[in-house]
Amino acid sequence: MLLDNNRRNPSGILPSEITPQALFEQRRTVLKVAGVAAAGLLLPTQLQAAQTLDFQKTAFGKEEKLTSFEDVTSYNNYYEFGTGKEDPAREAVLFKPTPWTIKIEGAVKQSKTIGIEQLMKLAPLEERIYRMRCVEGWSMVIPWVGLPLKALIDWAQPTGNAKYIEFISYNDPRHMPGARIPVLDWPYIEGLRMDEAMQPLTILAVGLYGKVLPNQNGAPVRLVVPWKYGFKGAKAISTIRFVEQMPHTSWMKASAREYGFYANVNPAVDHPRWTQSSEKRIGAGLFAGRIKTRLFNGYDEVGQLYAGMDLQKNF
Amino acid sequence: MQAWIYKKTSNMRMMQYLVQWLAVLSAKNRILWLKALIWLGAFIPVLRLIYLGFTDGLGANPVEFIERSTGTWALVFLLLSLGITPLRYLTQQAWLIAVRRLLGLWMFAYACLHVTTYLWLDYQFDWADIAKDIVKHPYVLVGAAALLLTLPLAATSNQRAIKALRQRWKSLHKLVYVIGVLVLLHFWWLVKKDVTEPVIYSLVFALLITLRLPVFIKNRKS
Repeated sequence: MLLDNNRRNPSGILPSEITPQALFEQRRTVLKVAGVAAAGLLLPTQLQAAQTLDFQKTAFGKEEKLTSFEDVTSYNNYYEFGTGKEDPAREAVLFKPTPWTIKIEGAVKQSKTIGIEQLMKLAPLEERIYRMRCVEGWSMVIPWVGLPLKALIDWAQPTGNAKYIEFISYNDPRHMPGARIPVLDWPYIEGLRMDEAMQPLTILAVGLYGKVLPNQNGAPVRLVVPWKYGFKGAKAISTIRFVEQMPHTSWMKASAREYGFYANVNPAVDHPRWTQSSEKRIGAGLFAGRIKTRLFNGYDEVGQLYAGMDLQKNF
Repeated sequence: MQAWIYKKTSNMRMMQYLVQWLAVLSAKNRILWLKALIWLGAFIPVLRLIYLGFTDGLGANPVEFIERSTGTWALVFLLLSLGITPLRYLTQQAWLIAVRRLLGLWMFAYACLHVTTYLWLDYQFDWADIAKDIVKHPYVLVGAAALLLTLPLAATSNQRAIKALRQRWKSLHKLVYVIGVLVLLHFWWLVKKDVTEPVIYSLVFALLITLRLPVFIKNRKS
């Protein structure tokens, strides 16, 4: 926009009169910080109230030992904020997840948008304690707060042509330092088959540990599919598109040989780099060793989705 | 990233000052001084790991942290030992050769810590799983090959072996170039997508090889 205006110069403003972008952004940051500080001074109780969520407990993962809040929020793969595990927690501090709207488009009765507040009211929020297995060979147990993705799909009213669902993450190189580097084909794209998306285990998470989702974990809303490798869980979702063809995801584009569309946790399908038969549980300690990885990450009920499919080929 | 490059280049400048200072000392003293400094410096990374281990500072994935750290330091010592020859020619300080073997042995020490972390802390000596991991994953395989090739070099890094092997010692120790390539492959193949670090280490390795070429060509001709 800025560049276009300069070229055509319809307003007659000299380029030298325009605030340099860096300064402009710096001012915005100062305002933002000042705003947050002022809000903190004036409305401490309201601000705190916004941090905790109202939700129902569920039986999911009751028997699991939770990974600590500190580990869950400091060891993240979120390349938009950098490729190091500690980068997202540091770089996402000033990221503003509100206000937020998600575009719903593609094979739906009518394209529309939904605000995050409205999304959170589509179904009662539930706590789901899920194991999360990363393709890199480590895992966590995370108490998510969210709602079934099915609730949003029902609201979106997809047509008969909707065979797959595509999730597009927010992409803003100005506020996401990692997104300025082409490590992946931005924006981050993930996808599910419709029946996978409707599976009751599949949720849109808006919080963890009873609180609003931290920025580094994908605020304000992310996908959680516990029987698949962690990278399927698109973060900071900005667009949901219903499509007829299998989406071409970011990691498939990066290396189709290594990352398949399904990406189901499967100890029998080895990754070219990492062993997938066992995993390291984060927070278990230096001498804990590894635990055996289970097919579908132990969520056996999803097996019927793949009946008759060659999981070696469709990895 | 910029901070990282700055750290590395300022380390190089410090090394330059160090060499200048050592040059004014007597021949025997400066070798002793430099060796003492290398010993002290080489203990810092492992002491840091122990300190972090006791103060809960190794992060969410401590095993990975130790594997990365010890692996990186093994590579750094490999590059330092390869740096001695060009440094000797560039600074005209022939005596520097006296510390090359020490640097090589520290590379071996960190490689051993690296592999011990992998076998013990990572895999709990589960030999069936380890064998599978080595055979199936190229990056582990080249890493294992690099370690095997390091064994004869470490075993012959003493005066007695040099005397016994004579000319063959030199040929044997040319294996360090092969080890260097294998270790860099190990690094490249392990990285998921962001290859910044392997690129930087590979460039340093390439530079150290290039600096050798004039001498190598001269020796060929004569």
